[in-house]
Amino acid sequence: MKHPVRLQVNGRAVEAQVEPRLNLADFVRDHLHLTATHVGCEHGVCGACTVLLDGAPARACINFAVRCDGRDVRTLEGLSCDPVMVRLRAAFTAEHALQCGYCTPGMLITARDIVLRLPDADEARIRVELAGNLCRCTGYAGIVRAIASVLEARLSEPSEPSEPR
Amino acid sequence: MKPAPFDWLQARTVDEAVGALVAAEGDALVVAGSQSLGPMLNLRLVQPSLLVDIRGIEGLLAVDEADDGAAGPAITYGSLVTHAAIEDGRVADGTNGLMPQVARGIAYRAIRTCGTIGGSVCHADPAGDWGTALTLLSATALIEGPAGRRAVPIEGFFLGPFGTVLAPGDLLVGLRVPRLPPGTRWAYEKCCRKPGEFAESIVGMLRNEAQGTCRIVVGANGGAPVVIDDRGILRDGFDPVRARAALASAGLDGDPYLLKLHLAMMQRAALEVSTQVPGGRR
Repeated sequence: MKHPVRLQVNGRAVEAQVEPRLNLADFVRDHLHLTATHVGCEHGVCGACTVLLDGAPARACINFAVRCDGRDVRTLEGLSCDPVMVRLRAAFTAEHALQCGYCTPGMLITARDIVLRLPDADEARIRVELAGNLCRCTGYAGIVRAIASVLEARLSEPSEPSEPR
Repeated sequence: MKPAPFDWLQARTVDEAVGALVAAEGDALVVAGSQSLGPMLNLRLVQPSLLVDIRGIEGLLAVDEADDGAAGPAITYGSLVTHAAIEDGRVADGTNGLMPQVARGIAYRAIRTCGTIGGSVCHADPAGDWGTALTLLSATALIEGPAGRRAVPIEGFFLGPFGTVLAPGDLLVGLRVPRLPPGTRWAYEKCCRKPGEFAESIVGMLRNEAQGTCRIVVGANGGAPVVIDDRGILRDGFDPVRARAALASAGLDGDPYLLKLHLAMMQRAALEVSTQVPGGRR
């Protein structure tokens, strides 16, 4: 039986009728055609489907859409003008932090969380925080460098405005 | 994979959840954070006909800091408190930083923002952190069910891997965690192949020299957390012969590799409680 859901996705009000077993990743991809959210392992391990749920990173593959009624969802598409994401995109490009791109949306959302939540993170901490996002191309070196470079740039300009989390 | 079809009920009260669970006659599962149940549904390891969603039950998010019952000062956490809330210090901690450290080591941040302490305890994965940590802390599980409310010491709560005393219709509503007495040193050491991966061994330790008490719990052992009651293990820092004997008498010496892991975690924990400054850690 389908259930009604009303939620915010990337700042837009969305209403839909969903089967309870529909996960949030399939909902944003197949129903809203927001395909930046990638589906990898489908059991919460690989991190490709990571989105922001009420501002905090969450796995879209193991959160069911029916349970997101009244909540605020932000996918990578909804962060295109976010000042931290603008910097991270440039840094990922500069540091060769992606190759095939499958993990990249989840990596970017986790990277943004690291930058905003852990402004003093060193390389070791960045690596620990990235443990929940798997990349099979880069060996992580470029990803870690990209995040470190954004953290470093922000430390030298601490007043840069950012969206509240 | 996608889950087998199921229906979903958003419960607004504990009574409504318990009623729905009873009516489903064992064919319903409770969902809180869905960070363990979600994967199990996706992998079709479980195929319930109904999910009873308890996230809309407001009281289950409460944290009662003023719990000074007959059993001494404690903090009671509603089942829906997330690992991230404990990690970030957004809820009270009476364990001098032990619970936030445990929370910080659970899976990944994107899991911790959704996963709940109550869900983790009910799931009873032997590698789960809260089972071991709350056994170490001598917590009490607060359960509501068809027969009313009851409190079960956590040491008797876990029956084995993924097994608990919860009967069909029972709902874990909260966890009462005694505050650690002043001067208690603690350690929580776990071994994972990779940060956030399921643990292969966990050893938790509490030591209070003024009271002459020591408590050791070995988790991630394939079954329920095991309490080892032998202060002699900490004689002169760490006595590996005595530690090995204690693990053997608890039946944890079946696999030589895992036995070595448990011993290594126990040695690290012993070092930690002997060098730690009481009242502050790291």
